[in-house]
Amino acid sequence: MTVKQISVFIENRPGRLAEFADIFSKNNINMRAMNIAETPDFGVLRIIVDDPFNAANVIKDAGYIASVTNVLAVAIPDQPGSLLSILTLIGENDINLEYTYAFPTREKDTAYMIMRVLENEKAIQVLSQNGVKLISQEELLKLY
Amino acid sequence: MGNYYQPEIECASREQIRAWQDERLVKQVKHVYDNVPYYRKKMEEKGVTPDDIKSTADLHKLPFITKDDLRDAYPYGLVAVPLKDCVRIHSTSGTTGRRVVAFYTQHDIDLWDDCCARAIMAAGGTNEDVVHVSYGFGLFTGGAGLNGGSHKVGALTIPMSSGNTDRQIQFMIDLESTIICCTPSYAAFLGESIAERGLKDQLKLKSGIFGAEAWTQEMRRDIENSLGIKAYDIYGLTEISGPGVAFECEAQTGMHINEDHFIAEIIDPETGEVLPEGEKGELVFTSITKEAFPLLRYRTKDICVLNREKCSCGRTHVKMSKPMGRSDDMLIVKGVNVFPSQIETVLLNKGYAANYQIIVDRVNNSDQIEVKVEMTPEMFSDSLTEITGKEKELVNALKAMLGIYAKVTLVAPKTIARSEGKAVRIIDNRKLY
Ligand SMILES: [Zn+2]
Repeated sequence: MTVKQISVFIENRPGRLAEFADIFSKNNINMRAMNIAETPDFGVLRIIVDDPFNAANVIKDAGYIASVTNVLAVAIPDQPGSLLSILTLIGENDINLEYTYAFPTREKDTAYMIMRVLENEKAIQVLSQNGVKLISQEELLKLY
Repeated sequence: MGNYYQPEIECASREQIRAWQDERLVKQVKHVYDNVPYYRKKMEEKGVTPDDIKSTADLHKLPFITKDDLRDAYPYGLVAVPLKDCVRIHSTSGTTGRRVVAFYTQHDIDLWDDCCARAIMAAGGTNEDVVHVSYGFGLFTGGAGLNGGSHKVGALTIPMSSGNTDRQIQFMIDLESTIICCTPSYAAFLGESIAERGLKDQLKLKSGIFGAEAWTQEMRRDIENSLGIKAYDIYGLTEISGPGVAFECEAQTGMHINEDHFIAEIIDPETGEVLPEGEKGELVFTSITKEAFPLLRYRTKDICVLNREKCSCGRTHVKMSKPMGRSDDMLIVKGVNVFPSQIETVLLNKGYAANYQIIVDRVNNSDQIEVKVEMTPEMFSDSLTEITGKEKELVNALKAMLGIYAKVTLVAPKTIARSEGKAVRIIDNRKLY
């Protein structure tokens, strides 16, 4: 129960991200979620797309270094404290959360977060047992 | 036993080699003294005449000649024969000041080609081989030298020159090239390009002869794997002739210097004193058979060691180590000697590409060194912590090697220019001179 995230190495210089967006638009790749982690010299761009295998090939052909990682897509009910309780659950079970970012949709009563943990199997087990809904790649494609 | 071009010379007894050197040196000193006023003046200043030079034992009495002398004497000041007897020039790709121009008679070219033929045969070449020469042709000696050597061997020679990688690979496959000659950085680039196109299986290459720039053992293994060959080192310099002054045999434990043409000495670069056998110092060459442009005691600025131990290949000529650094390339950063080859060794050990750039700057009166390194798929991760962790490891390894802190900057692949001639790896922004 994971989704595929593509990570791309990008240099921190003006126009780098625009070049990248241009490649996506030319190849009709629909970016569903995005996150950038940076140092002063370089950044790692993380994206969720509809067709990760095609997108990864397009990116690699364009000369970028990219990798595909399995991450969790977690449904967060739109109620006070629900994100906190999920993060608490992760923390109490000694699951290392590397980073997390929002997955925007038009749904009104649920928010979605992408979570990168070091122990996918364990996280899936803990979250499912506690009634947290995880969505798959296929379900992700249906969300708008 | 090996594959020799001139076995009677390459495997001659030490006594025989010494006898050739004694006789040729005496003759050469006289030739230079009689025909080169610049040299005669230098010898007079040192109080030496040709009569003082009776054998190689007297070599140390002669003055040194340096690149500065070559520039002072530019263009004809060191030519020892009438210009009508010269048939060609070559010139070094110097980065500063005047270019150095070297002259050749037909005889000089013949002997130089012989040296390159020895190198090609030491790399397993015969007249059944297809020798693919991807060194630049033109003023640079690389293309002409290996091309001439390959003709002497009788191999089918492809004078490709550098550049146009797709055409290089196409010819390599269609004409079934078996031996490739180029700079090591270009060989590494060809290897990557061939891997990208998935064409390695279609190559017939068995060996490669690479020189004209510094490269490490790790880079050798990379090239050997990517091209499926055995990689041989070759050494030379335009001032002395070109590639083939020394070459590697199958033992790969140093390069045999063609001592019937060149006498090698190792000196202390500070004092100029000749160092005892086996010590590390600056390599000095005396060309004893060159007619047009003979140099006596030319300081190469290359730091290396000579080894006279018997070689398993059967050749008896002395071996020089791969240069451990060039006093030219040597950077003094925060008072510490830094050689680009040290940085390259660390990068390859840590799994990065051999392509890098060193940028030295002076900020607030303090030297700073930055190493730009290309990111590789193997080193990449979606986790910033993991990448910066590896970066930190690299910084620590560089610090252990160099003794000073060097900033590491990771850049996108293929953004550092690969040179088809000598790689330009150092950018010194300090305005020290
Ligand atoms: Zn040998």
